This record gives sequence, C-alpha cells and structure tokens, in this order.
Amino acid sequence: MASRKSLQANRANGDKYSVLLPTYNERENLPLIVWLLVKYFGESGHDYEIIVIDDGSPDGTLEVAEQLQKIYGDDKMVSTAYIHGMKHATGNFIIIMDADLINSHYYYLFLFRKQKEGDYDLVSGTRYQGSGGVYGWDLRRKLISRGANFLAQVLLRPGASDLTGSFRLYKKKVLESLVERCVSKGYVFQMEMIVRARQLNYTVGEVPISFVDRVYGESKLGGNEIVSYAKGLLTLFATT
Amino acid sequence: MTKLLQWLLGVSLLGAVWALVAFDLLELSLPRTYREVAWPIPLYLLVSFGCYSLATVGYRVATFNDCNEAASELHEQIKEAKEDLRKKGLKM
Repeated sequence: MASRKSLQANRANGDKYSVLLPTYNERENLPLIVWLLVKYFGESGHDYEIIVIDDGSPDGTLEVAEQLQKIYGDDKMVSTAYIHGMKHATGNFIIIMDADLINSHYYYLFLFRKQKEGDYDLVSGTRYQGSGGVYGWDLRRKLISRGANFLAQVLLRPGASDLTGSFRLYKKKVLESLVERCVSKGYVFQMEMIVRARQLNYTVGEVPISFVDRVYGESKLGGNEIVSYAKGLLTLFATT
Repeated sequence: MTKLLQWLLGVSLLGAVWALVAFDLLELSLPRTYREVAWPIPLYLLVSFGCYSLATVGYRVATFNDCNEAASELHEQIKEAKEDLRKKGLKM
C-alpha cells in the first residue's frame, strides 16, 4: 500500500472536492460508500462534500440519503433529485463515481495526487493498466470487458485505456464544459466525455484502480447491455 | 472530422491505390508480379488484423489482474461500517 503521508491534504491550497454519486436502487450500498468516504476524507484532511443524485429510485435510496444527511450534517452531505446536481457542488474539483463502487475508498487519494502531479484537467481510474484490476469476475465477464474495450480503442482511438470505468476526477470548469457538449445518456455519456475531452485538448491522466464492485445487487452484463453498448459505440464513432 | 469520416477517407485512399495496382487501371503496364501480389492484400490485412485482435484480447484477458487483497480489506471495512452506522441510528 502506498505511503499515506504523500496523500495528506495541503489545506493551504483551498481546494474542495465535491463527490457526485449518481444512484439508482442503491439503498444498501449507499450508506457503506458514504461511511467509507467520510472516514478516509477525515483521515486525509481534504475538504469535501458528498452529493447524492437520485431520481426517485423505487427502493427508497433517497430516504436513506436523507438519514445519512442527518447523521453527517448538511454541510458534508446533500441529496437531490435533480440530474444536474453539479449546480449544487461548491468544490473546485468534482469526483464522479458509481455508488456501487464501494472499494474506491482510498483510491480517490491517488486521483488527487495524480492530478496535482501534472495539473491534469481530468484523471480517470483504469482497470486495464498497471496494478489496476477487478475482483470476482468470471472469464465471460473479463472477455466481454476486454473485447468491448478493444473495439472502442480501435474505433475511437481515445487515448485513455478505460472508457467505461466510472471513477473520475474533473476540474469543475472542465466538467461543465464537457457536459454542455455531450449528448449521450447513461454510460455512453461517460465514454463520450473522455473522447471529447481529448478532442478539446484537455489533459487526461490515468491511475490504476482495483474495482471491487457490487457488494449488493446484480451486476448488469446481459445481451441487452452488449447490444446497447455496441449502439452507443457506433454512435460515438459516427459523431465524434 | 469524425472518426467515421477519417476511416472512410483512409479506406478510400488505400482502396484506390490498391485498385490502381491490382487492376492496372491507369494502364501503366506494371509487371505481372505487382498485380499478383497486390490483389490478395486486402484479404491478408483482414486476416492479420483478426489474428492480432484475438491475440491482443486473449493476452489482456489472461493478464487481467484479480484484486483479492482489496476485496478482503473491503469486506472487513464493510463490517466495521455497518456496526458504526447502526450505532449512529441508521435504519438499514
């Protein structure tokens, strides 16, 4: 494990990190990820806030978010039903991550450090390079993941090794400008953001991340997902 | 220019050069060997790309890291988290 000293915050910077958690049916994962974030931000000393974006999940995720807000305080946690939760963000850096990506705990510190190293506009966690990896994936899932990524690399030449992994740090202004330009929905939106970032000559850094996802809930990787991925990829191919 | 257009441009250019040589469209009277070699090149390229793709994806799947340490560490922390949250009054 990397030395924690180099990951401590330099409060004098005045940097504030807003963590955006878009959720859908994450009532069980959400408290865990919030707890981990609060714990590790507490240890590292970075100034942060957590914004949960939930469009009324049927399982009551928003209620759980509100309970957490009472526990941790309004200044540290906000929940909103609006997609553009970014407007609520008061930080100058924004982290967007999936709520089911629970183990991201201290990896965000690596994102921060990488960002400072090169003053990158965007830092992306990658499962495919260096010490990056996954946990509990069977051969089928690994094959589909690598195959899909290979196809995306050939067609889009994005200059980033992991397009669909959703663990990224953006400078706030960069994120705002990308969101304005991107038109896709869902995870294709994530892919589009990196491709457009490159086109706009934003600097993109990468950090190896180990993804331990879906402690609770089903992981979606059926035929439907593959077809919609292919559609999304072809759309990006034709429009970017 | 979109990626699609870049590809179309590239393929058209290479296709034009290939057709020129393989079918002697400009009647340059190139030696027969040129035409014979040029003709199956697109097929060779396709097959090579196919092999390259299989090898690359195969290699990447084989070397896809499994993070078992990260997972067990996480499971410990989840136990801790649940206890702590229960104490703080979260109804799960």
